[in-house]
Amino acid sequence: MPKSLFQKVWDAHTVRTLANGQTQLLIGTHLIHEVTSPQAFGMLRDLGLKVLMPHRTFATVDHIVPTDQLVEPYADPLAQAMMDEIRKNCADYGVTFFDRASGKQGIVHIVGPEQGITQPGTTIACGDSHTSTHGAFGAIAFGIGTSQVRDVLATQTMALGALKVRRIEVNGKLRPGVYAKDVILHIIRTLGVNGGTGFAYEYAGNVFAGFTMEERMTVCNMSIEGGARVGYVNPDETTFAYLKGRPYSPKGAAWDAAVTHWKSFASDANATYDDVVKINAADIAPTVTWGINPAQAISITENIPSPETATSDDDKVGIIEALAYMKLPAGAPIKGTKISVAFLGSCTNGRLSDFQEVAKYIKGRKVAPGVKAIAVPGSQIVGLQCEKLGLDKILVEAGFEWRAAGCSMCLAMNPDKLVGDQLCASSSNRNFKGRQGSTTGRTVLMSPLMVAAAAVTGVVSDAREVFHVVNS
Amino acid sequence: MALAKITSVTGRAVNVPGNDIDTDRIIPARFMKCVVFDGLGEFLFNDVRRNLDGTEKPHPLNEARFKKATILLSGANFGCGSSREHAPQAIAKYGLKAIIAENFAEIFFGNSTTLGIPCVTAAREDIAKIAAAVEADPKTDVTIDLVELEARFAGQSVKIAQRESARDALVNGRWDAIGELIDGKADVLKTAATLPYLAA
Ligand code: SF4
Repeated sequence: MPKSLFQKVWDAHTVRTLANGQTQLLIGTHLIHEVTSPQAFGMLRDLGLKVLMPHRTFATVDHIVPTDQLVEPYADPLAQAMMDEIRKNCADYGVTFFDRASGKQGIVHIVGPEQGITQPGTTIACGDSHTSTHGAFGAIAFGIGTSQVRDVLATQTMALGALKVRRIEVNGKLRPGVYAKDVILHIIRTLGVNGGTGFAYEYAGNVFAGFTMEERMTVCNMSIEGGARVGYVNPDETTFAYLKGRPYSPKGAAWDAAVTHWKSFASDANATYDDVVKINAADIAPTVTWGINPAQAISITENIPSPETATSDDDKVGIIEALAYMKLPAGAPIKGTKISVAFLGSCTNGRLSDFQEVAKYIKGRKVAPGVKAIAVPGSQIVGLQCEKLGLDKILVEAGFEWRAAGCSMCLAMNPDKLVGDQLCASSSNRNFKGRQGSTTGRTVLMSPLMVAAAAVTGVVSDAREVFHVVNS
Repeated sequence: MALAKITSVTGRAVNVPGNDIDTDRIIPARFMKCVVFDGLGEFLFNDVRRNLDGTEKPHPLNEARFKKATILLSGANFGCGSSREHAPQAIAKYGLKAIIAENFAEIFFGNSTTLGIPCVTAAREDIAKIAAAVEADPKTDVTIDLVELEARFAGQSVKIAQRESARDALVNGRWDAIGELIDGKADVLKTAATLPYLAA
């Protein structure tokens, strides 16, 4: 019977059926970070358990690391305590730890692919909802809670019910100035924040076939913002070319065998899906959020919704709540909304190509007076690559601060935070109330180039106009 | 490991209305700077409950009459966003034992079930009925019956639902899967041996 990649990977990793009907699923690769793992190690200690496969467990630090302080102890003793804890846990249990001194530290979802740890046809789990990022390689990657982190540490498995699979095809040609970020914001806007509950999303169509791995990662990253726990793209030559020669990629004869094996996991041409959604690439515009969840998004040329245009009572309540929090006028254009902060980075858009694209256009331009602009590479390796290409200099000349790798202003666990009701043009993935560290702080999600456009104009802008983008 | 069989939960309820209540709102990220979960209960819904200076904002959890509640009522897509188990942990540490909502985000649902917190769904009108009874008399006892799949309160009853795997796990005392997962070790190693990337 023809199968989707999801079904093939699921079947290959099924250990057995549990008493409650769930599957005991083998997790081949376990990624951990400092926020959701210490309690899990604590549980292991309480239960007297070991890590079953320490060689399949990889750790890094990202959420709490200050991006402007490399020397320990960190100013925040709580952050230092978490740092000490993960270091100790990795040492005690024999887990590979990409510490800051290794030169390989970074946001866990950037480090895995970069090291070649993320591979097609595998199962991956991490105590972080954006684990779906790794699906870009044709892996089935789950965000999990801390008790499940404990389960995977102790047994290399977890209890899970199978998901349905929705294929989302994006065909046609993206218009100039439209990026992977816009594609996923458009998908979430179309299907809703909980449209994906119970589903794995298979992203397909010629747009994904033409995407680089970094673009595929940006889309898969935000699957969870549409409610889908898992998102993936079938592996192809682009995937293999990316993986070739990476530290953890198979070498020599093992490489060829691996590629053959990986190819066998791609969805069969006549696989059946629980749902199919088709999107026309030409319908996607540079997209920005105006509200407090990622589905509250519009194209840059549209006006902010008003309660009167609501499609349902729920929608109306949602609009009223969002506008009150965002302090935005109903019915007005989003374009021209004043910003205070511009943030480039995160596991969604903190990769080399993101900084390359921004540098290409921002060269010779200046961040508007009064705007705080920070650029934060997603990993130390990304940072180094940017520095080798001189991208950091271009950004700094334009008025951005160039920081050390970490989650930074994506969430409020390190010193990078919004203050008061500052409005931030952000390349990250969540615009929830208080997400960026101030209980009244406001987030407008957008692509990196749109962040750059907002930074230089001081207001939410159409990057196509600001930078005269004709083709991207 | 013997776990309690959770066949029902009875207690007072508190209604925290709204859809898409995300885990950042349930427990803001800055409170996750901890290496144990203890103490999280105090910060449940912190930023919608308290001003920066610590004074209280109007919120159901701040009302004296709802202080003894052990059941939380809410709207659709409860617990969306981050996978942080800190969210259900904060709920549990606060003293809440079960949640009735229109539906739940996937990861939150799984995390809660693993902690033995039943997350059951009910129709919006039915949740409103429970909320109305609780509003009229906060001392109203609400019973979530996972065997009969109904919620009983103030002489009324409404239908509730729960995914069968979770219901089965709760009522049979196997909501924390770790024991069963450990028991499967021989099969785990067998499956691992079939996958080239897992060779040590
Ligand atoms: S960058 Fe943001 S979304 Fe990504 S792992 Fe860090 S905190 Fe989470």
